[in-house]
Amino acid sequence: MKNVKRVDIIFGAYTQEKYKVFEQTLSKSSDQIISEVIESGLRGRGGAGFPTGLKWKYTAAEADPVKYVVCNADEGEPGTFKDREILTKVPRKVFSGMAICGKATGAKKGFLYLRGEYLYMLENLNKELDVFHEVAKKNNFDFTIEIVMGSGAYICGEESALFESIEGKRGEPRNKPPYPTVSGVFSKPTVINNVETFVNTLMIMRIGAKEFQKLGTTDSRGSKLFSVSGDTPIAGIYELELGMSLEDFVEEFGDGDTKAVQVGGASGFCVPRKKFKDTIIGFEGVPTGGSMMLFNSSRSMYNVLKNYVEFFEEESCGQCTPCRVGCQQLKKGIEAVKKGDKSAAYLNTLQKLADTMKVASKCGLGQSVANSFYSIVDNFKEEMIY
Amino acid sequence: MPEIKELVKGLAEKHGRNRESLLPILQGIIAEERFISDAAMTEVARELDMSAALVYGTATFYSFLDTKPRGKYVIRICRTITCDMKGKKQIIKNIEDLLKIKVGETTKDNKFTLLETNCLGWCHKGPAMLINSTPYDSLDEAKVNEIIMEYIRK
Repeated sequence: MKNVKRVDIIFGAYTQEKYKVFEQTLSKSSDQIISEVIESGLRGRGGAGFPTGLKWKYTAAEADPVKYVVCNADEGEPGTFKDREILTKVPRKVFSGMAICGKATGAKKGFLYLRGEYLYMLENLNKELDVFHEVAKKNNFDFTIEIVMGSGAYICGEESALFESIEGKRGEPRNKPPYPTVSGVFSKPTVINNVETFVNTLMIMRIGAKEFQKLGTTDSRGSKLFSVSGDTPIAGIYELELGMSLEDFVEEFGDGDTKAVQVGGASGFCVPRKKFKDTIIGFEGVPTGGSMMLFNSSRSMYNVLKNYVEFFEEESCGQCTPCRVGCQQLKKGIEAVKKGDKSAAYLNTLQKLADTMKVASKCGLGQSVANSFYSIVDNFKEEMIY
Repeated sequence: MPEIKELVKGLAEKHGRNRESLLPILQGIIAEERFISDAAMTEVARELDMSAALVYGTATFYSFLDTKPRGKYVIRICRTITCDMKGKKQIIKNIEDLLKIKVGETTKDNKFTLLETNCLGWCHKGPAMLINSTPYDSLDEAKVNEIIMEYIRK
């Protein structure tokens, strides 16, 4: 690949000896581990990009003797499939990362929340978990991991909804604050990180913060897994250095006729061709949990938007009115404009509604519907009308 | 329904009788029965000493915890845009023709239910579907026909 830099950290070979990096890290102090993760500049790989080291530091500072580590494997964002691949190919690295977080924060128990769609992986994961528990025991390290299954609810990828689900409840997001580092699952201090983030922390322990820092840009350190799908001849999972321009990305992955890229899934942003050049993929530009959907000029962006809005309408937990009613009205609204029942000016009214959802919704789901709505309607207005 | 009673009791013994045992128990019922009947929900409520409304409220929140009767094999087709672009509609049509049901319906012999679902995480190999918990990707007409015929013969 000439325009983007491929990296091989996440899926790189295991150490020859099983769980070697994890065992070596056990000799480090909590402070050492946390300083190294902070120094690396690693930011959460689920999409929101909170500095991982700070999450660990805040949780470590809590006085409560009971704390938890939670791995968010509720990979439900449309267009994302990297965590499935990580858990299939290198589950050992995920468990090691979680255990190192346990060492850093003082948590003795970890939960891996696996989406219901990935139930088929459970048997293999539990086998690997048996091996992990043996290694932990051999090293007199008190940390166990339990896999908790989801049951087909996108909203459970929202951290506080995920906690509710682990507790056996409806996956309805909580009010924040308090944040998870203070009161997470079972109301205890909790670190919750994405699957990829935990693998990154392990790799930082292996190669060192300095080496990790060499990759990426000031705001977006390291590499990132991209789930590439849609109109591309080479759909798949790619680990790339962060901070590239969307133009370079499309050059590499497009089919020569790319008219738009949806960066960050249904809750992300749609970037049209004319903005490829000036769009940086990373926290300083358009952030992404890895989902990159490419659309060529044969695709109707109205269909794309309708698909996303239907998705949100169905996955809204229904708890707060702006999101529950807003998603329904956005869907009805774009259908009415397309049919000609409403004038094109009605799109402005719908954008105001999306604005309201952004400020008034309780959680990230309702707040981020406006992202794709705005960016698609703004850039492809004609397609919404005719 | 003595069988449901036995099933719920067994699941409660395995997963415990706390609030956090509720989802694993409901998932266990799905694995056996494919849906959670009113009788099953009442039984779970009794076994865990909580209100039936609470069990119902939790079960109906999750799309994989069906509370309507489902066939032995529940087929879920991914409806996300990327699978759609790769020919999801044709896959659905083929299955509808083979099983003589529409999306949302169950065959008369209670063997198959056809549903659509949100992103399955196989966008690079669409169209994709789940049959119970087994994923199938890179579907085309020939492949999906073959898979469905295999299940019909089961």
